[in-house]
Amino acid sequence: MTTLRIKNAVKRYPNGALAVEGVSVDVEDGELCVFVGPSGCGKSTLLRMVAGLEDVTEGEVELAGRVVNDLEPADRNIAMVFQNYALYPHMSVRKNLAYGLKNRGTPKAEIEAKVQEAAELLQIADYLDRRPGQLSGGQRQRVAMGRAIVRDPAIFLFDEPLSNLDAKLRNQMRLEIKKLQRRLGVAAIYVTHDQVEAMTLADKIVVLNAGKIEQIGTPAEVYGNPATTFVASFIGAPPMNLIPAEAENGAIRLGDQTLNLGLDHRGPVTFGLRPERAHIGASGEGLRMETGVVEELGAIRLVHGRVGPHEITVTQNADQPIPGAEAVLRVEASDIHLFDAETGRRV
Amino acid sequence: MKYRQILDHVVLLFGVFLMMGPLVVAFLTSTYNHVTIHRQGMQFGWGGQFLDTYQTVLTQQGGFSGEITGLLMTQNSIILGIGFAVGKIVVSMTAAYAIVYFRFRAGTFFFWVIFLTLLLPLEVRILPSYEVAQQLGLLNSYTGLILPLIASATGTFFFRQFFKSVPEELLEASRIDGAGPIQFFWDILVPLSRTMMAAIFIIMFVVGWNQYLWPTIMTTEEQYFTLVRGIQSVMQQMIGADIPYYNEALAMAMLAMLPPALVILIFQRMFIKGLVEQEK
Repeated sequence: MTTLRIKNAVKRYPNGALAVEGVSVDVEDGELCVFVGPSGCGKSTLLRMVAGLEDVTEGEVELAGRVVNDLEPADRNIAMVFQNYALYPHMSVRKNLAYGLKNRGTPKAEIEAKVQEAAELLQIADYLDRRPGQLSGGQRQRVAMGRAIVRDPAIFLFDEPLSNLDAKLRNQMRLEIKKLQRRLGVAAIYVTHDQVEAMTLADKIVVLNAGKIEQIGTPAEVYGNPATTFVASFIGAPPMNLIPAEAENGAIRLGDQTLNLGLDHRGPVTFGLRPERAHIGASGEGLRMETGVVEELGAIRLVHGRVGPHEITVTQNADQPIPGAEAVLRVEASDIHLFDAETGRRV
Repeated sequence: MKYRQILDHVVLLFGVFLMMGPLVVAFLTSTYNHVTIHRQGMQFGWGGQFLDTYQTVLTQQGGFSGEITGLLMTQNSIILGIGFAVGKIVVSMTAAYAIVYFRFRAGTFFFWVIFLTLLLPLEVRILPSYEVAQQLGLLNSYTGLILPLIASATGTFFFRQFFKSVPEELLEASRIDGAGPIQFFWDILVPLSRTMMAAIFIIMFVVGWNQYLWPTIMTTEEQYFTLVRGIQSVMQQMIGADIPYYNEALAMAMLAMLPPALVILIFQRMFIKGLVEQEK
C-alpha cells in the first residue's frame, strides 16, 4: 500500500517564485524516503506542503487514501521533527510530549501511558520532568522524536533533524532514527542536504534540484546509475569527476587522449568517473594523469591531478605506493558514466 | 587595574550620593516638627518624631470632606498603578499578537499608526480625552482613571519585537499539535513572555503610580485621590496663617516612593531569574 502520494505538486509564492515545479513522489508503507538536494532546491518546501504548513498551489497530496490539501496540519495525521527541535521551552519534557494529545482531547490516563511508552522507547524517561533548556542536544532531539511518536501518525516528517548536532552524535542519532523507524514500521520522509545521511538512511532517495526531481531510486541506483550530471556530482564523496569530452567512432576523446569503449554514441558528452573506481598505477594502458596534491585520509588517500587541462581526483588505498608526477589511470568501461553535454542526462 | 577599580568606585559612589542624598535628607527632615523645619530649613539629623508624623500621615483624615487618609491614597495609587500596568500589558500584547501573527494587509500600516501616537502624549490630547471620558460617564471612577491611559505604543512595540524573535517553528509545532490561535497565545506566547511582562510591568507600574495630571482632571471627589496628589494637598490645605506641615508632606513623599521601589526590587529578581532560566 502507498501511504503518501504526491501528484504534480506545485508551489508558487505570491510573488511568482516557483519553489516546487510539478513533483510526483509515492511513499510506500513503512518506507523511509529521503529528499536530498542543495539548499533552496525545494525539498523543505515540499515537506512542509505535506505537513500542511505551506499551501499546495497545484496538484494533490494524498495521505492514507484521502486528499489532504485543505486540511489543517493537526488534522492530517502527520508528525514532524524540526531542525531546531521546536520544543516548548517553558514546558517540561512530559508536557511537551503530552501537549498535542491534550489538544486532541485524549483522556489523561491514555496520555500518561503513551508518554511513558515513548519515553522508555527513546530512553528519556529519566528526564520527563526537566525543561528542554536543561537537556543536551541529543536529548532534545529525542524529545522532539518522542513528541512525534506519541501522536501515532501515518507518516513521520523529518526536516533536517540532525543538522544542529556535532558530527559524532549525528552519526549515532542517524542510526537510531533508522532503527526506530524500522521498529515502528511507520513511513517517513526525511529531508537533508547531506548526501551521506541520505545514502545511509534511505529506502528511497529523491534527489531534488531547483524545484524539480532529478532522480528517484534506491541509494544503490542513485549512486550506481546517476540519471544526470547533477545527481552524479551530488551523490558520493568525493564527488564524481566530470570532464567534457567528445564521443566518436565508439571511443571517447579527452583532450589529446582517447579511450576505446565500444560505444555507438556520437557528439559532445560529459565523461564521468567516480574517484574510487579508477586504479592508479605507474605505467600501463589508460588515461595519463599529472599528479598534484595528495591528501592522506588514513585508510585511503586522495590524489588530485590533471588529465589534460581538466582537474581530476582519484582515491587510492593507503597501502599502495604514492604515485609519481606522472601516473596512469586504468579504467573499466563499466565504471564510466556518459552524460549528454547539453542536457546533462545520462546517455 | 586596581587604580581603575578605585576610580570606578568613586564614580559609582558619586552617583549614589547624587541620587540618594536628597532622599536621605528628605527622610531625616520628615522626622522633625514642622515648626523647626520652617525656621531652620532641611535637617540632617534624627528628629525623633518619626512615628508620630507617619502615623498622622497614614491615618489622619484630610481634605475638605475628610474622606481621605494616607492609607486610602496609597490604596488608590496601588489600584491605579496595577490597573495601568496590567491594562497596558494586556492591550499591547494582544495588539502585538495581531500585528505579528495575523498578516492582514494593513498590519504594518496600523503598527506605524500606533507607533505615531508616541508623538501625541496625553498632555497634547488631554481636552478631547477628557471630553470622551466625561461623555462616557467615567469621571470620578477607577475605570476613568485607568481605561483612557492603557493604550500603549511603547508596550506594543516591545511585544512586537519580542514576538518576532520567537522562532517560527514553535508556531508550526503547535499548529501540528492542534493548537488554535487562542491556545497558541495562551499556552505558548504568554508563558514565554513572562520576563517581558515583568519588565513592562515594572516600567508601567511606576509610570502609572506617578500619574498626576490625568487623575487631577478625572477625579474631583477626594476619595479617589492618589498619594502623588496628596502631597500637594497637604502643602496646600494649611496655607493661610498656619505654617504648612512640611514634615507630613515629606513623609508622604517618602511613602509615595516606597511601593515603586519595592516593585522594582521584587520584579527585578524575577526578571533576572527568568533571563537565566530561559533557553538560549
